[in-house]
Amino acid sequence: MLRLNNQLVNLFLRKKPEIKTQYLLSISAICIVSGICFLLSSYIGAEVVAFILLVALSVIAMFFEIMPVLLAATLSALIWDYFFLIPRFNFRVGNTEDKIMLSMYFIIAIINGALTFKIREIEKIAREKEEKEQALKLYNDLLNSLSHELRTPIATIVGSTDNLLANNSAITENNKKDLLSEISKASLRLNQQVENLLNTSRLESGFIQAKKEWCDINEIISSAVLRLGEELKNFDTKIHYKEILPLFKIDYILIEQVIYNLMQNATKYAPVESCIEISAYDVEAGLQIIVEDDGKGFPENETEKVFEKFYRLKNSLVGGTGLGLSIAKGFVEAHQGKIYLQNKIPHGAKFTINIPADKYYNP
Amino acid sequence: MNDILVIDDESQIRKLLEITLESNGYKVIQTNNSNQGLFAAANHQPDLVILDLGLPDESGHATLKKLREWYNKPVLILSAQSSEKDIVQSLDNGANDYLVKPFRTNELLARIRTALRNNHAEENNPIIKFGVFEIDLSGRTVKINNELIKLTVTQYSLLALFAKNEGKVLTYEYLLKEIWGEEYIGQLQYLRVFVAQLRKKIEAETKSAPSIVTESSIGYRFVIGKL
Repeated sequence: MLRLNNQLVNLFLRKKPEIKTQYLLSISAICIVSGICFLLSSYIGAEVVAFILLVALSVIAMFFEIMPVLLAATLSALIWDYFFLIPRFNFRVGNTEDKIMLSMYFIIAIINGALTFKIREIEKIAREKEEKEQALKLYNDLLNSLSHELRTPIATIVGSTDNLLANNSAITENNKKDLLSEISKASLRLNQQVENLLNTSRLESGFIQAKKEWCDINEIISSAVLRLGEELKNFDTKIHYKEILPLFKIDYILIEQVIYNLMQNATKYAPVESCIEISAYDVEAGLQIIVEDDGKGFPENETEKVFEKFYRLKNSLVGGTGLGLSIAKGFVEAHQGKIYLQNKIPHGAKFTINIPADKYYNP
Repeated sequence: MNDILVIDDESQIRKLLEITLESNGYKVIQTNNSNQGLFAAANHQPDLVILDLGLPDESGHATLKKLREWYNKPVLILSAQSSEKDIVQSLDNGANDYLVKPFRTNELLARIRTALRNNHAEENNPIIKFGVFEIDLSGRTVKINNELIKLTVTQYSLLALFAKNEGKVLTYEYLLKEIWGEEYIGQLQYLRVFVAQLRKKIEAETKSAPSIVTESSIGYRFVIGKL
């Protein structure tokens, strides 16, 4: 019974049940519908029963493979002939009109089944094609974004080193220093892109699993802030440490990366001198972290899309692969948590993270 | 002058290490696989070994184990895989510290200095002093700006352990074992709570240094001065 229930749920979700179950379900459906019609046979005539059975058959055809449908069509034709067509309770068919009707019923049933099946096949092909196109688009986006994001720092490094190696005497000491600092910046940027790509591919492959241990969230926040270092220097960073927070059982590295990515995102898109705030709360279900800024916020209809891979704001002036927020979302989801973005009034972006987590209150 | 043995199969990294270390007054011996490395270590008795975990002939873990059978000077691990498991394993196997590629050269030099200093500093001086911070191991007292800081027994033991290993990463497991005992390994919550308490006491007072830095998923490092 439970199994049948599951199969019904699968039906509802448009997942196809096993072929054996399909046979079983189509035979039972025809029998049940015929049974009901049989009980009502003093009120309705054989023609109406034929229509009801055709409807049942169409429904079966919508969900099942062609063979169970054909079986149901044959079975329903036989049942109709035996139980409903006069003379009832035998397979003899009285007059020519009834013979034509029975043949017509059978033909309609078969065509009905076959047609629905064909439509479904076409739908399937269309869907597959669409999926393929989407994958291709994603791949192209990736290539475009990557080739730009990786080649820019590489070009900087190659160009600067060429300069330093070739006309060494012609370059002033100051310019040499500038070139070296550009090489350094480019390498760090390259390293970060590689990290992003590695994290993304780890998420894709399902390799990321939250390694939960007792963590002091204040410690995680200061670690992320420390790692951002220079990037925060042009902003008014407010960290609201809460003295009385419990320890939470979460993955230190993943959550630190989430906070890092969200704060870095703010430094990229909020204007210089903006305020970037971070706070953590002990909520009933676990841990809540809020990262907000008072920059321009996001276009209202795109607050969901920002977490998609390779999402970039249109006309974005700053570099990036569009992976940071999708990684943040992936890491939060590895904790069965949720992340969402709201625009603030009058302006600014607010990321809220809710993570279900065990707590340890300092005794 | 200290001799440093480098065991790394990447010629670019070896070149980088050679230039960096020699320009900072160290003498460098280069090898590019485990066998050569172990041979050179026995031959030259270097003051410190820099060991890459990904070697062509056998894993760096195996090399480290063989090396530690007789070599008791500092070993610094270089690793391209940033997996904490690898790092914790090598620390458990007797490495003194680690760096993940790509690393900053100033960080490399700081780690080398710390490792060499800790190795020499097995001396008996009971007073450890870093700027305004002072810990007296015989009197079991801690002073900041010449004022006594009130600490519980556990807080003191933890701080003393950190101070004795200044600059070196100490794994969670090691800290729990040393302070609470073998049966507390895995009870990270105790350590987190006490580190938070210590931080509040010493970092609030001194503003900058010293501080207890978290090494994600690996352990803590007690650091003096600017990071």
